[in-house]
Amino acid sequence: MTLLEAERRPAVRPPAKPVPGRRRRNPSNYVVLAALIVLALVMLIPIVIVAFNALKTPQEYSNNGPLAVPHGLNLDGVKAFWTRVDYGEKLLNSVIISGTVAVLGVILSILNAYALGIGRVAGRSWLLVLLLMANLMPQEALVYPLYYLSKQLGLYDTRYSVIIVFTVIQSAFGTYLLSSVLVAFPRPLLEAARIDGANRWQVLWRIVVPISRPTIVVLLVFFFIWTWNEFLIPLVMLISNENQTVSVALGVLQGQRLMDATMSSASALLGIIPTLVFFLIFQRTLSRGITVGAIK
Amino acid sequence: MAYLPYLIPGLLLFIGVIAVPFAMNIGISFTRWAGVGTPEWVGLHNYRELVKDSEFWASFRHQIALVFGMSLIPALIGLVLAAMLTDVIGKRFGARTATVLRACIYVPQLLPIVVAGIVWSWILAPDTGAANKLLQAVGLGSLAHDWLGDPKTAMWSVMVVMVWFQIGFPLVIFMSGMQRVDPALYEAAELDGASWWRRFWHITVTQIRPEIFVVLLITTIYSLKSFPQIYVLTKGGPGGATNVPSYYSFQNFFDKTQVGYGASVATVLTAITIVLAVAFIRVQQRTEVEGQ
Repeated sequence: MTLLEAERRPAVRPPAKPVPGRRRRNPSNYVVLAALIVLALVMLIPIVIVAFNALKTPQEYSNNGPLAVPHGLNLDGVKAFWTRVDYGEKLLNSVIISGTVAVLGVILSILNAYALGIGRVAGRSWLLVLLLMANLMPQEALVYPLYYLSKQLGLYDTRYSVIIVFTVIQSAFGTYLLSSVLVAFPRPLLEAARIDGANRWQVLWRIVVPISRPTIVVLLVFFFIWTWNEFLIPLVMLISNENQTVSVALGVLQGQRLMDATMSSASALLGIIPTLVFFLIFQRTLSRGITVGAIK
Repeated sequence: MAYLPYLIPGLLLFIGVIAVPFAMNIGISFTRWAGVGTPEWVGLHNYRELVKDSEFWASFRHQIALVFGMSLIPALIGLVLAAMLTDVIGKRFGARTATVLRACIYVPQLLPIVVAGIVWSWILAPDTGAANKLLQAVGLGSLAHDWLGDPKTAMWSVMVVMVWFQIGFPLVIFMSGMQRVDPALYEAAELDGASWWRRFWHITVTQIRPEIFVVLLITTIYSLKSFPQIYVLTKGGPGGATNVPSYYSFQNFFDKTQVGYGASVATVLTAITIVLAVAFIRVQQRTEVEGQ
């Protein structure tokens, strides 16, 4: 009934040139806009305020409190924190661990997904359910055995332990996602390549991987960032300072409650910066991937 | 079967890193073990203890509070915000304004959870924290408080921090869901004289039901793994006021060296996750069927 009315109306009244909706604003629209702007600011304030205080001297902080705008760029707190935890080393560890996991995790996902999505190996759907479960499962149920096994194997307190564990955990998700993409891979392309004499290995790397590149890039970026943000297993595995990642070093220091206010905000600022850099570099991939990552 | 070799490295690693440790964890949960020496088989003793353990049940109540803080409340707020951004801002002030506002609200999601925790424990610090200073500055100094250090407010404070951290996720998912709702439905309802609220409820919410379900399940499962949040904000304190099963298992593993008991907590946690995950997969399959 309503639909019919809606369709009939333009015919009855000759359609005036449609007024763009954005011009028809009423006061309540502005109330909504104002409310959302306030909310957006509230969401950002904690981060801004941390950045401000990271740039203050301790005296300035104790005299003017956390809410005042800093007088100038004072990097003492940042420098003090940087040297105290050897932040460069932590950054390097995080980059090495997350980068290696991203690459190895993607390779493993590709191999698995090739067998499951294109090869349609028997028991495929059960394996996929199993992988999804593994990805959703709390790491609390793995952490003690992994800790124990890594000690037995001499991998405890090495970056290898974390790299191996997260390669597998991330590829569980990657396999699940990539398989669901590869199931719909155009079969004629595969057959054409086979007729041209390509073997399975060549088909994978010359046909399947290049065509699935958008999904693979999303996985690469997400594996990197997810691994960067991991906390429980790296905290347990990486005991010595020189092996720790950014998250672990920051979390442990925070837990000890030994930092003064400016150093603590400096640590938070230094933790935020790499994330913002990733965001700026990978913005497009990320916004494309958020809805894909929604399955996680 | 020709593709089987491609699966072998993945399968072996999966067995070594996930299947075997998981089976070991279940095995350990039937023992009394301090992490060194030989585990002593005690059967279901740990699980019987769990049922009687008031700390464990308290951690479960806090977990339910976290489901509200990390899943239900952010989803509800995210739903209203997504509707406002799509319906009002997007249509009256342009898509660009909506995108910028969405990005601002999403920013906390970009932070590593540890960093978000540091930011907030600094803001909520009792003496020099920004929250208390702000209250003093606007003449409400009497409300200043040790937010994370008082058992009465600690869990509420954690929940507020989590809502702040989580809103962006449902918002983004719901907004992308709303894009596929047919505008003709809204136009028809509008001509029919339906109020904004009625359109929101009967069209928007109904149409993006799959997204709502997925978001609720993902964030609920995520909230079960809240170890980092609790570790950085409160370490389960004060006096266990913010302890959750995830953190409780860690405490038993590494602080109290009651590894068997910790393993039983972790196993229960996994069982809950699996139940939720199965529900998730079922719903996903059903929506796929409906979509076809």
